[in-house]
Formats: sequence, C-alpha cells, structure tokens
Amino acid sequence: MFNRRSLMKVVGLTAVAAAAPAAAAQATSPAAAPAQALDVSRLPREQVELVAPPFIHPHEQATKAGPKVVEFRMVIEEKELVIDSHGTKVQAMTFNGSVPGPMMVVHEGDYVELTLVNPATNSMAHNIDFHSATGALGGGELTLINPGEQVVLRWKADRTGVFVYHCAPGGPMVPWHVVSGMSGAVMVLPRDGLKDEKGQPLKYDRAYYIGENDFYVPRDAKGKFKTYDSPGDSYADTVEVMRKLTPTHVVFNGREGALTGKNAMTAKVGERVLIVHAQANRDTRPHLIGGHGDYVWEAGKFANPPQRDLETWFIRGGSAGAALYTFKQPGIYAYVNHNLIEAFELGATAHFKVDGTWNDDLMKQVSPPGPIGPTKTGAVSPLKPTGKH
Amino acid sequence: MPSYAVTVTVAAAGAAAMLFTAIAAARPPDIPPAPDLLVSLPPGTFQYRVAGDFNREGRPVNAPLRTVRIEAGLSIMKTEVSAADYDRCVAAGACAPRADGEPGRADLPVVGVSWQDATAYAAWFSARTGERWRLPTDAEWAYAAGSHFKDDAIARDDGAGAVSERWLARYDQEWEQQGFDRRVRPHGAFGANERGIIDLTGNVWEWTNTCFLRQGLDATGEAAGPRTVNCGVRVVAGEHRSYVTDFIRDVRAGGCSVGVPPANLGFRLVREEGGFLAGLATRLRRILGRNA
Repeated sequence: MFNRRSLMKVVGLTAVAAAAPAAAAQATSPAAAPAQALDVSRLPREQVELVAPPFIHPHEQATKAGPKVVEFRMVIEEKELVIDSHGTKVQAMTFNGSVPGPMMVVHEGDYVELTLVNPATNSMAHNIDFHSATGALGGGELTLINPGEQVVLRWKADRTGVFVYHCAPGGPMVPWHVVSGMSGAVMVLPRDGLKDEKGQPLKYDRAYYIGENDFYVPRDAKGKFKTYDSPGDSYADTVEVMRKLTPTHVVFNGREGALTGKNAMTAKVGERVLIVHAQANRDTRPHLIGGHGDYVWEAGKFANPPQRDLETWFIRGGSAGAALYTFKQPGIYAYVNHNLIEAFELGATAHFKVDGTWNDDLMKQVSPPGPIGPTKTGAVSPLKPTGKH
Repeated sequence: MPSYAVTVTVAAAGAAAMLFTAIAAARPPDIPPAPDLLVSLPPGTFQYRVAGDFNREGRPVNAPLRTVRIEAGLSIMKTEVSAADYDRCVAAGACAPRADGEPGRADLPVVGVSWQDATAYAAWFSARTGERWRLPTDAEWAYAAGSHFKDDAIARDDGAGAVSERWLARYDQEWEQQGFDRRVRPHGAFGANERGIIDLTGNVWEWTNTCFLRQGLDATGEAAGPRTVNCGVRVVAGEHRSYVTDFIRDVRAGGCSVGVPPANLGFRLVREEGGFLAGLATRLRRILGRNA
C-alpha cells in the first residue's frame, strides 16, 4: 500500500528528487544576469510527481543550486464526488482528480512547466490561471483545451509566496468551474528559504496544504440536495444557488471530515509545522484551536515579514496564506474556519493529532469538574428538560 | 452514594396477564402484536461499564465495571422506532414534526429526534396501547445489546498518564469503530445480535433515560468524593457511548470540537411488564378522553 504520509515529511535541507548537480553547475544565478539572458533550454530540468493534498511533494526548503525548469503534469478529471457524510454528491471538476488540486513547489527564479491534459472522457473545455504567473491572464489565455487535447505552459516564478491557481475558462464558466473544485496552490520558496521578521532562517519539519472549498448544491422542492448526471445538467440550478452567495458546504480538502478521524493530520510536540491555506473564491479565517500561528504570512507572500503569534488569520478569497507553528502540547487540535457556523454546520473543520509529553506549566487542570464548593461564588443549575416544543 | 443496581418492575401475576392480553388484543391495527415488536429477555446478571465521567485523585479514569442484575427480565423493541411510526405521533399532535419533510418510511428508523421527542413518543405510544413504554436505561440497553455492546474503556488506565493520552486514545478508538456514512439504512441493515435485536450498532444512536454522571472514585474503584448528575444531558448508546443535551436532534460535533459525534439520533423503547393496572387506567383515560 502506497503510504501517503511518508511523503508529507519534509526534510530540512536534504536535496530531493532528481536535481542533477552537473547541470545545476551550468546554470546562471538569477542575480547575476537578467531573466532574458537565461537560455531556458540549457537549464537543468526536474520532473516532479504531484501528490494529493493535504500532502506536498518532497522539496528542498532552501537550495544552493541555480534555477531549473520544474516539470509537472496534471490531468483534468470531471467526476462525481461525495462531499459530506450524508452522501451529498456534486458533479465535480478536478485538477488531477483531487479537490483541491495538488500543490506545486518551486524556488524563486525556477520555471514551472506544466503539461495540462484534458482527456476525451471529459465534457468541457478547461484551462488554468496561475496567480503566481505573469501575463496572459495568468496563463489562462494560453491553456484553454478541449476534451482530447493537452497543452504545455511554462512560466517563471519571479516572486515568492503561496498562490492560488484555478480554472478560468471564460465568462460565467469561471466561478462555476472554481466552485466545482478546480483550484489549487503553488508555493514559490525563496532560494535561501523562509525567514522571520528579523531575516533569520525559518524551517519546518512538516508541511500541510489545506484547500478550502465552498460548494453550492441545489435542493429539490422538499429541501433535499439534488443530484445530476453531468456537470452540464447541474449548471443552471447551481448558478442560481451561487448567485445567493450562501454556500451549502464549506469544507477542507474536498469534503466534510476529509481531515478528521483516520485522516486527521499528525505532528509531534516540538515539530515545526507549516500550514498553507488556500481559498480560491471566498474569504476565510483559519484558527488552530488550542494553538497559534507563530509566524503567519497572512497574505501569503514571503517577501513580507511574517506576523507573530496570531490567534486567527485572514485569507482573502482568491489567495493563499501560510502559518508556521511549533506544537507545544500533545492532544487533539481542531483547525477550523473560525466562522464557527461554517466550521460546525457547513464542514470547515480539520483535526491535528499531536503526540508528545504534556507540559503542566503551560496548562494544568488544577481541580477536575465537580460540585461547586462553599467558598465559590455563582450558582449553576443543571439543564432541565423544557417539555414539549 | 450512587446506586448502580437496576431494578425492573416485578412481573405480573397469571390472572393479571390474562387481562393484560385482552387489553393488548385491542391495540390499534397498525401496531404489531408483541411477539413481532418485542424481544423479551429473561432475568440475568451481566458486567456493566457504568456511563459517565469518572476521576481518581483528580485524573480521568475508566468508568467502573459493575455486576448488574436485571431482576425481572426486559422487553425491548426488536427494531428502532420507524419514521412512519413516529409520524403517527406527529399526526396525532403529540410529537414534534421531523425536520425531514419526506413522508416517514416504515422500513427506516426515525432519526433527527431529541430525547424530548423520544420521551413524547413513549408517552403517546403508552396511551395508545394502554401499556407502559419508556426509553431504556443505559444499563438495560447494554443488557439487551449483549455482545454488541462496545466497552468504552481505554486500554491504558493507570491514572498516571496525562489528560492528552486519554484524549488521543479515545479519539483513535472512536474513529476506529465508527464509519463515516450517515445515510440511514433500512431496519436490519446492520444485523442482529445473539438475542435477535436489530441494528444496535449501526449509524443510528439510541437515546436512553440515563442522566450524565460525574463521579470521583477511590483507589478500589468505589464511588467517593464529589458527584454531579445532570439530567439535561442523557446517555446515547450505540457504536460508542455519547452524552447529548436532551433537546439536540443532530449532533454536529462533540462538546470539545473534536469528539466523534453520533451520526444520527433515534431510539427504541422498552415495555414495563406487570404494569397492567396502570396500563388499564391509562387506556381508560384515553378512551374517556376521546369521548369527552
């Protein structure tokens, strides 16, 4: 059995994958020459296999090598997905089969070369708009492909940060494709890695990528969620719900409960965990219940110093943010959209399971719950049944 | 001091049973005769993991295991109350309507009901049948569940570990047991136990009458020290035990944001045997009330 968890562990400065040292030596440093002077055809190339979220493909956090061309391949897949525990289904559109689409990680100055495939089994044209790319509507203008076609797009990662990508096939198709699942994220790391507000290096022991999606599922006359045979069949009803701007589901990683229970994210006390949060369409406000954001790039761009010790951070719709946290206490943590109605009623809740030794200094239950003592003030009466409704 | 003994009303005398049978025969046509509706369990003794939160020297520990005697046996519904049955109570104006607007099906258990709803149904059903029906206690449910009862004690319980260890262990244990699919399945989909009782550990949890208890224990596991009983929160039994506020119909998440919530809330009833005189009185009241 392929162990996805083995892929989430990101190792400090250890080189990964096939970065060929010989080729890297020929590369020109971006600082030494203007971009136009780089002969991209002479740069080393690396093929990276994408992994499904919340995991991120192995990568270096900092690199001494020169720029390279990083090749990714994504296959667009239209398919029915179950998005909650009631079995509600949507006609989803996906990058590489997952909602959200996989995360791509490169370093500033690298080139992303994406082969985007739209199999003949799909029913619609699709494309991709990278917020991290410059020109042609983020590449959307150059990547519109019909079923049975593929396209190769290369763009230069000329700025650092975490960024959204999404499908944007024109007009009313744009929001519909996005809320049907077609969004993902890119992380462009500084070549020398992340830094704190004083310029000191920051490293992480694990990284998770949480994509948040808002779904707008039509209901029938009796209030039950409707199902459709194809995306096209669902379009008119779905747009009607979308225009009310009130999602029926707000979920992490494509479905209610996708990151809880057996799929809860894990960490150990003392580990530094980078949490990337992307939302392509709608504002959100991540909060780690029982923890904090030690260093938070709320707008997600690493050229700006991170904010310190945040309780909740704001991710603007159409952007990604990143938070770095060192877990200090074992137990279960809920990672939520702290619009708590969205967290508990609509689905935007994930869990971290953290192993380690409890620190009584940070928190201790001095006296367990029990009857109110004579010296204490205040009175609590147990809830009483209130009779019939 | 708490008493864990469970007593069930003494069985009826023979002559009384005849009268009882006569009353039962007159029950409304949509209610099946008792042998189809009920499973009757003989008196018995079993090991019962008490429901509630227990602590020793200020640390959470497993609930004590008690030997419990079900003195007079137990008559419990073979299946959970169906949506169609519940809707009859709604139609009679005695139960709150379900959120689901669909007509209730006879082959599906009713879900999305609170303890208050279930209790209202028991009162209506009692009046309708002239018998005494109520929710089971958690101990009665456990007795009926037999091998399908899931002990919620966690393996490591020396009281020395930190709160977080218990917490993590319980989290894993509950998720290990519970599937994620909340879609309600027809009666029988989750099988029967050795006593022929159906769907005890499916994805519908069942309300009991047992109140939430918090209790200190001494070194020998006997109740000692502070004790709190909160009857605004009742025990719900099923795949794992849970504690739910009595007016809640749909548990979205556990009290601490991370517990594993019951997928659906439903119920089944037990019939108190030997209460024929009380039953007769109820039935007479109902008849008189109808004529008035």
